[in-house]
Amino acid sequence: MVGLISILILIPLAGVLSLYVGRPRSPRVNALIFNGISFFFALMLWQEFDVTAPGLQIVERHAWIPAIGAEYFVGVDGLSLLLVLLTSVVFPFAFSAQGLERGACALLLVMQAALYGTFTAQNFILWFLFYEMSLIPAFLLIKIYGGENRDYAAVKFFVYTFLGSVAMLLAFLGIYFAKGTFDFTTLAGLGKSGLFAGNLRWLAFAGIFLGLAVKVPLFPFHTWLPDAYQTAPTGVSMVLTGALSKMGVYGFIRLLVPLFPHEIKILGPWLLGLVVCSIVFAPFAAWAQRDLKRMVAYLSINHLGYCLLGLFAITTRSTSSVIDMHAALSGVFLQIFNHGITAAALFYFVGLLEQRRGARGIDDFGGLMQRTPLLCGWMSVAMFSSLGLPGLNGFIGEFLIFKGSFAVAALFTSIAVLGLLFTAVTFMRAMQSLFSGPLAESCAGFSDLIRSEKFVIVPVTLLMFAIGLAPQFIFNIFNATVVQMARLLS
Amino acid sequence: MIAWTIYITFAGAIVVLILPRFLASWTALATTLAGFVISAATFFCNSVDLAHFNTIVRVPWFPALGINYHLALDGISLVLILVTGIAAISAVLFSWDVEDRAKEFFFWLLLVVAGSYGVFLSADLFLLFLFYELVIVPKYFLIAIFGSTNKEYGAMKLTLYSFFGGALVFLGIIAAYVSGGSLDLIELSKFQFLPQLQAWAFPVLFLGFAVLAGIWPLHTWAPTGHVAAPTAGSMLLAGIVMKLGAYAALRVAINLFPFGFQIWRPWIAVLAVVGIVYAAAVALRQRDLKFVIGYSSVSHMGFVLLGFATANAIGVSGSVLQIFSHGVIGALLFAVAGRMIYRRTHTRELDALATMDLRHALPFAAFTFVIASAASMGIPGFSGFAAEITILIGAWKSLPLAVWITGVGMVLMAAFTLRALKRAFFDVDVASTTSAPELPPITIPEKLGASLLMFATLAVGLYPKLLLDRIQPAVQAMRFLK
Repeated sequence: MVGLISILILIPLAGVLSLYVGRPRSPRVNALIFNGISFFFALMLWQEFDVTAPGLQIVERHAWIPAIGAEYFVGVDGLSLLLVLLTSVVFPFAFSAQGLERGACALLLVMQAALYGTFTAQNFILWFLFYEMSLIPAFLLIKIYGGENRDYAAVKFFVYTFLGSVAMLLAFLGIYFAKGTFDFTTLAGLGKSGLFAGNLRWLAFAGIFLGLAVKVPLFPFHTWLPDAYQTAPTGVSMVLTGALSKMGVYGFIRLLVPLFPHEIKILGPWLLGLVVCSIVFAPFAAWAQRDLKRMVAYLSINHLGYCLLGLFAITTRSTSSVIDMHAALSGVFLQIFNHGITAAALFYFVGLLEQRRGARGIDDFGGLMQRTPLLCGWMSVAMFSSLGLPGLNGFIGEFLIFKGSFAVAALFTSIAVLGLLFTAVTFMRAMQSLFSGPLAESCAGFSDLIRSEKFVIVPVTLLMFAIGLAPQFIFNIFNATVVQMARLLS
Repeated sequence: MIAWTIYITFAGAIVVLILPRFLASWTALATTLAGFVISAATFFCNSVDLAHFNTIVRVPWFPALGINYHLALDGISLVLILVTGIAAISAVLFSWDVEDRAKEFFFWLLLVVAGSYGVFLSADLFLLFLFYELVIVPKYFLIAIFGSTNKEYGAMKLTLYSFFGGALVFLGIIAAYVSGGSLDLIELSKFQFLPQLQAWAFPVLFLGFAVLAGIWPLHTWAPTGHVAAPTAGSMLLAGIVMKLGAYAALRVAINLFPFGFQIWRPWIAVLAVVGIVYAAAVALRQRDLKFVIGYSSVSHMGFVLLGFATANAIGVSGSVLQIFSHGVIGALLFAVAGRMIYRRTHTRELDALATMDLRHALPFAAFTFVIASAASMGIPGFSGFAAEITILIGAWKSLPLAVWITGVGMVLMAAFTLRALKRAFFDVDVASTTSAPELPPITIPEKLGASLLMFATLAVGLYPKLLLDRIQPAVQAMRFLK
C-alpha cells in the first residue's frame, strides 16, 4: 500500500508526466493544478498527524538495498510536517509569479518532489538521493532559464553545492563503516556517546558541516548565493530561498546536532562567531547592492543566520534551561517557516517591479507611491515582515530565538541585534528610493496590481499577519517535537 | 472601559478607509472624541484606584511563552491617555481640510493615536513593544507622503533613529525577560534583578526609549522630523510620540532596574541639562519658525528627563506633568506655525514673516501664539510653569547645580520664544511700510482646536492639583523611590 507521504512525493512527478504526455496549452496552469493537489494532500497529512505525540508518525518502511542498509523509510515529525507544508505553500506561490516554459515547470516539479522527499526521508541514503535530486533541477533552471551571467552563476552554484554534498557523503560513509547504519533515529541515539573515537570524528563532523553550511549558506560559504538568486528567474529564486535553503537548516537540526553534540559544544564559540558574522555582515553587503534581487538575496543570509544562532546557542552551552531551549527551538522552527514565506514574497514583489520596468536596479525606480499605491503598500508589508516589525510573522520567530539564545550566549546575541538594525536600515533605504521622491519618468506608465496578482498577494499577506498575531496554529504543529528535541539535547 | 480607547481608535481607522471620502474627517473627529470622552470619564470617576498599576484586561495570548494581552492603568498612564486624546482631537481639527488622499491621511493618523493608547496601557513588555513599534510605521508614512520641506529625509531620519532605539529596547526587553522569567510588568516590577545585570541593562533600555524622547545628543531627528511633518504630524509627534519614549523610560527602564538607575542617574541629569541649554541656544539661531519650535521641544523634553533624574516623588511627578503640559503646548505651537501661518503665507522664514504684518492679517493666530509662547516660556498661570517649577523643586533637593544651569536654559528659552513671537507677529518697523496682505481667515475647526489646547494649558496651569493628585500617588507607588 502506498502511504500519504509517498503519494505526496509522487504527485509532482505525475505533474511532470502530464506536462509531457498531455502537452497542455499552459504548462503553468497544469503545474498549478498539481500543486493544488499536493497542497490538499499536505493538508490531509496535517489532519492525520497527531500533534500531541512526539516522534515519527505516518511511517512507511520498506527494504530497499539491504546490503548497504538503505531503506525506503519516510515519516514525519513536527519539523518535517512544517517543512512539507511550507513547500506546499511556496511552490504554488512561485508558479504564480511568472509564466514559465514547459521545461522550467517540469524541473520545478521535480524539485518539489525532491523536497518532499528530503524533508520526510529518515534514512541517509534515501535522504541523500532526494537531496541531490533537488540540486540538479536547480542547476538546470539557473543554467537554462537564468538571466545575465547565468553560466557563471550556475557553475558556481553547482560546484559549491556539489563539493559540499561529496564531503557529506564521504563523512556518512565513514559513519556507516563505523556504526553500520544509515538510520537517522538510530544514529541520533548513538550520537550521545560519541560516534567515533579520536580525530576521525572531526573529519566526519567537518564533512557534514561543510555540506550543510554551503547549503544554508553560512558565512564564509555563502558567495554562490547572491549570484544564483540574482540570475535565476523570479519563480526559481522564490523556490531557492523559500524552500531549498531550508534543506540546510533542516540538515543542521536533523543530522549535525544529534550526531555531534560534543563536537558542537567544543567548537561552540567559533560556530556562533560564524553565525554572528553572517547576521551582521550580510545586511552590510545588502546595503551596498544596487540590484534589488541581490539585496534581498543577501538579507536572506541574515535571516537564516538567526535560525542557526538559536540552534547553536542552545546546543553549545550545557547551561541552557529547558524553557530557553523550548523558546529557541520554537523560534528556529518558526523562523524557518516565516523566512520561507516572507523571502519568497519579497522576490515576488521584485519580480513584479521587474516585469513592469524591465530592470530591477534600486535607482531605476522612484516615486512609485504616486503611481502604484497598492503595490507599494503590500510590498511594504512584506518588507516590514522581513525586518521583524512586531505584529507580523518575522518578529515572533526572532523574538523567541533571541530570548532563547540570550540566556546562554548573551554577548553573541547582543551583537546579533545589530543585524536586526542593519536589516531595518537597508529596507528603509530601499523603500525610500523606490516608493517616495518624485515619480521617475520610466515608471510613469506602471500599472498597479492587477486582479490575478492580488489573488496571490492577499492570502500570503494574511498568513503573515495571522502568524504575527496568533501563531498558535503553527506552534501546535511542532510543539511536541520541540519538547522531545529539548529533552534529547539536555 | 479605558481599554476601549484602543479598540475604538483602531476601529475608527478601519472605518475611515471604508466610508466615503467626505466623511473621513468627521469619522476621525468622532473617533478621537470618543477616546477623549472615555479617558475623561475615567479621570473624573472617583471609584478607580489610580495609585497602583492595576490590571484591567488580562487574556492569555501565547500561554507557552508567558505572553499575555495585559493592560493596566494608573494615574500616570491615565494622564498620558488624556493628553493623547486632547492632542489627537486638535490634530484632526487642524487637518480638517486635507484634500490630498484624505482617507489615507486619517487612517495613518488614527493608527498613531491607537498605538500610543496601547503603549500607555500595556502591562506586558511584548505588547508594549508591539504597540511602540506600531507607532513608527504610520508615523513614517504620515511624514513621507503628506509632509513638506525635505520630507523624505526627515521621515527617514526619524524612522532610523526610532529603529535604533527599538533595537536597544529589544535587547533590554530580552535581558529582562530572560533574567526575570516573565514579560509581565507588574510581576517584573516586584522582581529583584541582579545588580550586575541592571548596571548594563538599564542604560541600554533607557537610552533606547530616550531616543524617542529626544535625549541630547540623539535628538537630531526631532527638529528635522517636526519640520518635515504635516501640521497634524508635528502635533502628534510633539504631543504624543515623544511622550511614548519618556513614559516607557519611566515605566520600564527606571521602574524595573532601580539599581541601574541609581548608578546612571548623574549621567541622565547631565544629558538632560545639556539638552535643555543646548537646544535653547540652537533655537535662538534658527530662521525657520518650525525649527525654533522643534528645538524648543527638545529643550522641554530635557526637563522631563531632568525630573526623572531627581529620583524623588516631586521631581518625577513634575516630569509627568511636564509630559502633559508639553503635549498640549507643543501641539499648539505647531498648529499656529504649520497650519495658521504656513498654510496661508507659504513661508515659515522669520524674516519673510516679519514683513507681512500678521498681527493684523491673522489676529486670532497672533492671539494663540502669544498664549502658546507664554505657556512655553513658563509664565505662571500656564501648565508649563506648574510643571517646570515642580521639576526644579524636586531637583533642588538632589541636584542643586543642575537647577542653576537650567536657570540659564530658561532664560534662553524665554529669549528665543520672544524673538520668534516678535519676528513673526510684532515687528512694527517693517510692518508699517507694507500693507496687510489678504489672507484667508482662520477657520472654525482651527479656532476650536486652538481653543481646546489653550483651555487645557490654562486649566492645568491654574489648577495643577487636578493632575498632580492623580500622578503623585502613582509615582510614589513606584519601586525606585523606595
